[in-house]
Formats: sequence, C-alpha cells, structure tokens
Amino acid sequence: MTKRYGAVTAVRSVDLDVRAGDRYGLLGPNGSGKTTLVRMLLGLVYATSGEIEVLGARMPREARRVLRDVGALVEGPAAYPNLSGRANLKLLDAAGPRGERRTRRKRISTALEQVGLASVDRRPVKTYSLGMRQRLGLAAALVRRPRLLILDEPGNGLDPHGIRDTRQLLLDLSADGVTIFLSSHLLAEVEQQCTRVGILDHGRLVLQDDLDALRGPTGRVLVESPDAGQVATLLNGQVEHRDGAHLVVRHADPAALNQRLVGAGIRVASITPQHQTLEEVVLKVTGSGDDQW
Amino acid sequence: MVTVELYKLFTRPRTWISVLLICALPLVVAVFVAVTHLTPPPGQGSAFLSAVLENGKLYPAAALALVLPVFLPVSVAVVAGDSVAGEAASGTLRYLLIRPVGRTRLLVAKLLALTTFVLLAVVAVTVTSYLIGVFLLGPGAASAPAAVAQSGAGGAAGAAGGLPTGGIQAGSGVTSLSGAPLSLLQLGERVAWAVGFITVSMLGVAAIALFLSTLADSALGAAIGALAALVASEVLVTLNAASAIQPYLPTRYWLAWIDFFRQPIFWRDIQRGFAIQAVYVAVFLAAAWANFATKDITG
Repeated sequence: MTKRYGAVTAVRSVDLDVRAGDRYGLLGPNGSGKTTLVRMLLGLVYATSGEIEVLGARMPREARRVLRDVGALVEGPAAYPNLSGRANLKLLDAAGPRGERRTRRKRISTALEQVGLASVDRRPVKTYSLGMRQRLGLAAALVRRPRLLILDEPGNGLDPHGIRDTRQLLLDLSADGVTIFLSSHLLAEVEQQCTRVGILDHGRLVLQDDLDALRGPTGRVLVESPDAGQVATLLNGQVEHRDGAHLVVRHADPAALNQRLVGAGIRVASITPQHQTLEEVVLKVTGSGDDQW
Repeated sequence: MVTVELYKLFTRPRTWISVLLICALPLVVAVFVAVTHLTPPPGQGSAFLSAVLENGKLYPAAALALVLPVFLPVSVAVVAGDSVAGEAASGTLRYLLIRPVGRTRLLVAKLLALTTFVLLAVVAVTVTSYLIGVFLLGPGAASAPAAVAQSGAGGAAGAAGGLPTGGIQAGSGVTSLSGAPLSLLQLGERVAWAVGFITVSMLGVAAIALFLSTLADSALGAAIGALAALVASEVLVTLNAASAIQPYLPTRYWLAWIDFFRQPIFWRDIQRGFAIQAVYVAVFLAAAWANFATKDITG
C-alpha cells in the first residue's frame, strides 16, 4: 500500500505480512511512516493505492466488522480529561459495537487490572501521570478482548516497571492467541517481545522476517579464557579478534570447539555462539548516514 | 452514540458555565431596570424591554431579544466549533472512530447533542427570565395586552432593516405587539413557539460551525470562522446596497420570532426564517458530511 500527502510520499509500496498469532514488531526511525501505516490499517487514513486486509476483511470498506475485534493504541493515548479513567472506558465502550452493558463493569475492571490500574479511583484523567495515561490507553484497547492488538509505541511514557509489566501482559495475551502488531522506534522493545520483525525506512519496508532468522548465528564463537594466548596459538588463523581474555573465533560449532580447547588442556571460562543483534541487522538494511535512531 | 455525546456534553463544565452566563445577562439587565425604572422608549433599544416594567411576565421575550444577537450565537459557535476539531486535537476522535463509530453516525450524534445544547440554553433563559421578571419587575395585571403598534406592517417594513423597530406600546399587562390582549395561555404558547424558532435559528450557526469544525485543525478557528460569517451577515442585513442578497442571509430572519407576539401572529417572516435555516442546516451538514466522511484523520 502507498500513502501520499500531496507531494510527500509517507508510505510507499509497503507489503505487510502479519500472520494470525504473530507478535509482529514494526521498527523504524521517527518519521519513517510507522504511524501513517498504523492509521491506514485502522481506516483512519485512506491509502492512496493498494489493498489492506485485516482479520480477513478489506479495510476500510468493512471497518465496522473488522474494528470491533481490534484493540489499538495510536500515537499516544487520549481521554476526556474531566472524566475519571473508568468513566472514559465506559463512555468508549458504550459508543460502539460489542460493548454489552451487562458485562461492561466487569470487562472494564478486568482491563484495568491487566494494565495495573486496578486501584484507580475517581480522580479525573487530567491528574494522571504520563505512564498512567499510557496504561489507561492500553486498558481501553483491551476492554473488548480483541483478537488483534495494534499498538503504536506502547512503551512510551512507561517506567521500567511499566515496560516489564506491559511486556509480560503482551506475552500472556499472545499465549491466549491474540495477534499483536506493535510499532516502535526502540529496538529493545521489539527484540524482547516480537516473533516477527518488519523494518520501515523512509516509507519503504526494507526487511520483513522472523526474528529468529534475522538473529541467526554469524558462524563465529565468542570464547573467554584465561589462557587466551594458548587459544590463539592453537586456533591460528581462525581467531578474528582478541581483546585480553576475550576472543572471537570463526567456527561453526561451539560444542566441537569447546571439546577441542578442553582437550588441549585450555581452561575455558565461557563459550557462546555469536548471534547477529537486531541492531546490526537494522543498521545494515537502513543504510549508513541514518542517525535518527 | 447519541447518549454518549449527551453524556459528554452534560459532564463538561463548559456547557453549564455558558448556560449560566447566558442566563446571567438578562438578570443583570433586569436588576438595572428594576432599580432605575428606566427602559428604552417604545420602538427603541432591545425589543420588548420597554414593556417589561408594566408586566414582568413579558421578560422572557425581552431576555431572548437580549441574548440572541451575540451571547447565544457565540456560545453555540464555540460548542459546535469544538465538537469535531476539539476531539481531533485531543486525540479522542481517533479512538471513537476505531471503536468503531461510523463517521456519519458520529456527525449526526454531534448535531443532536448540539441541538440539545441550544434548546437547553434557550429554555434556561426563558425559564430563569420568567422568574426574574415576575420577582424583580412584578407580575403585572393578570392577563393583559401589551401590543406592538404595527402588526403585519411592522414585519413587512422590517424586510429592509435588520432590527424590527416595533416596540411595545405601553399597554396594561400582557401583550401582543399589535395591541390586542393575549391570555396567559396564549403567551405561553407563543413563548414556546419563539423558543422553537430561536433554537432552529441557532442550528444554522451550529451547522456552519460544525462544517468548519470538520475542516479546521483548531476548535478556535472553527468557532471564529462561524462567528465571522455571522458578523458579515449581520452587517449586510443592515446594508441597503446588499438588499439583493439579504433574503438569503442566515441572520436575516433571526428576529422574526418577535412576530409571534403580534395578534394575530404574522407568519410570513417566521416561515421564511424557518425555511432559510433549514436550507443552511441542510447545505452545511451535507458539506460537513462530505468532508468528514472522506477525511484522513491525522490528529
């Protein structure tokens, strides 16, 4: 799909592939088009060209059917400041489909518990901290037990506890079968909670793959040994880098390497296969000179 | 969705503050009139004001004439201008739309809430000013005529000028502007008609402001835009050179509700007033819908 604002093309020819049950992380620097993409998925912004299918139905044509099974947090939470958090959730629940009045109170209490706002009182939202607002926004997305969660920068404004709680919550929801699509400019957020990654750069989807595939082994092994000198002698030619007791060895099989070292009477303090970090992948595909991360 | 919009309307302090302010102006005027016993001579100043000393029961009509030109349209323009642009700015609009609430449904609910607000304001002014009139200015004779000199002619002549000049002749009690007496029942009925007419007149403003509200990024911009349109209209209504377009100006028949207080009721301008407001509401709602239904919500 493509979205142009006048002469500016915010999103060009992006072909997203999110599968049911995925925890999909959309990464991209600020201004790369993440939010525009999320807005298109939700029918807030109309695509200039292309087709969007969410939960098996066309958007925005079937928005009414699709969106009732979707919970979303788009570009920060929003609430009526003079009302309490609970009143805000009630109001939003009453405004659209799937908001049965009979179960409303219980669903709202459950959602508030899930995001750690169970003890929230009657204070109006204008007295809330940034983190509380973020949690309330997340609760609003959860009230109707959606099948798909679309979260734009869910970690914004949260303290370390909040980030950890949210991560655990999303993992639990995912275990219950909820598909999660989150966009973020924070590598760690995506790396720690997603199974699939898409990387957006200047409105283009430059990469889309399973996280495990992206973080494949590099064919190198990290070795730490007090006898680093002996290691270097033994594996002459295979040691790519040595820094004190730490060595980077070109070798496909850490177990075999360990056996060989130990067999040679070398003490090994630690030995691990080297994986590509998501950061390396991202920096590679987004090209140099991009210092917006 | 309508109940949600009404809930939002009634839980907003701003709603009650503006209603309070609209009701406060007639109170201030009544206090001054009651203390000084000075009223504009018949035919001058705000309509009906000259007659209220004789009969406080007529004060609702005088109060409506006081708030109609500025207070009421300003508060309607502010509330209507805020209705979409304000939610877009605070971000709640996108959460309503992905809830999902259909855009057309949302717009209709906003309009119904606006109508309720206008009706609330007009009725509040009427009721409070009736009480103010009776307690501060005295109830006057039981049922009485205060009458406006020119009946049909007044309205017809008013076609060129903005403000009808027909004041109330000092009669004894209540009052038709034409001299014939009105029973209390008739008075109540006519006040109710006037409330309806003024509400409809304000819906024209509301529709313009609602349209601008779907267009503008800021609620303030939308409100000011609607007020600018009204001020322009009020200026042109008094300008003889603009007589060609006057029948189509939104404020042209705003004061036609005064004709409800003639005996018999002079319907021509009232009907035209209803008609022109209906056209404005239809056109600007359609424009608001056309714009909003296809708009990218980026706020």
